[in-house]
Amino acid sequence: MSTLAHVLEEAGLATVALGSVKAQLEGTAPPRGLYCDFPLGRPLGKPADAEFQHQVLAAAFAMLERTEPAIEEFGEAIADEGELLACAIPPRDDSDDHPAVAEARGLRPAYDRTLANHGERIGAFRLLGPDDIPGAIQIFADIADGANWKEAGIPGIPARVVQDIRGYYEVAAISLADHTPAAFEATRWFLQETEAGKAIIGARQQMREQGAKQPLWQFLITGAGIDPDEA
Amino acid sequence: MTPPPIAKVSSDTVKANASGLEPATFENTAFTTPKPLSESTVAILTSASLHHPEQPGFEPRDTSFRVLDPTRRDYKLGHWSQDVDQVGYGIDYNVIFPIDRLDELAADGTIGAVADVHLAYAGNQFEVAGIRMDSGPEGAKLLLDAGVDVVLLTPV
Repeated sequence: MSTLAHVLEEAGLATVALGSVKAQLEGTAPPRGLYCDFPLGRPLGKPADAEFQHQVLAAAFAMLERTEPAIEEFGEAIADEGELLACAIPPRDDSDDHPAVAEARGLRPAYDRTLANHGERIGAFRLLGPDDIPGAIQIFADIADGANWKEAGIPGIPARVVQDIRGYYEVAAISLADHTPAAFEATRWFLQETEAGKAIIGARQQMREQGAKQPLWQFLITGAGIDPDEA
Repeated sequence: MTPPPIAKVSSDTVKANASGLEPATFENTAFTTPKPLSESTVAILTSASLHHPEQPGFEPRDTSFRVLDPTRRDYKLGHWSQDVDQVGYGIDYNVIFPIDRLDELAADGTIGAVADVHLAYAGNQFEVAGIRMDSGPEGAKLLLDAGVDVVLLTPV
């Protein structure tokens, strides 16, 4: 990001770069950089809070008055308090399918509600569509139960498939929550509370034990959840 | 089956991991003095891999950019890394791409105008030479040709 600030400024454009990782912002040292100690994915800080976003923009644009390069820090930080989303997961359907598959089917109305209310800006669209999610979860459940990961039929690079599954769950979570979730609140819910999360973590362990190359199993979950001892 | 425990997902861990990456460095810092903000046309450039539905998504190590139309609001988050929160963006695109906020600032005269074009690149790049030498200057020219004076850069 800050690399582009240098390039644009060289071309004759004035820039202000927001940065959420202080070491990166200071290391690349853009002409004007505003360090905002916010979670990654939320560079303006708070979703659905226009007043706060305007405060960030005001601080950023004030840097245009500067006459030489500078890095400043926004006056308010947003800490990760470790919230775990508490929401009722809709009843699974009454099939004999794996619990994670039935769970995913049960979440579909919530997924569709979020898209209707907020648009399809995140979710399952990179490799899979929402109709593909239950089948993909079944594959990871099979691997977790001991199936050979190479022969299980993962429909693409495993981490990308999981990203769509996670997206599906997090989109559904937006409609299930009674508040605007904090950063990673729904991710923790997905990994720690849902059957699909358990299946993926189990598959991850199986892939590791079956000798899959480290990047293939390691990045099935966010690096934020990786135990330093296993990396 | 009980899965093995994992470390607790934390924004702090993500940022600590990112802090360890080697940043791109520049020997000299270019510096452009803008005209007054109230007379400036402002664009957003984000590294969140945003794209419209009909545009191709970003592949890992993709150094190209997408042009975003400020009259639309159908910007998909195409970032590949799992190390970002995406729920905030799913609720409010302004938390990454504050286009509504710019419209408000233009309406009250704080900024001169909102640009007709905005750009999205893919962040999380380990090799930035392609952006530095090719797609970055190409994007800069596009913005200059569109009459842009000031660019707000937002990461993912």
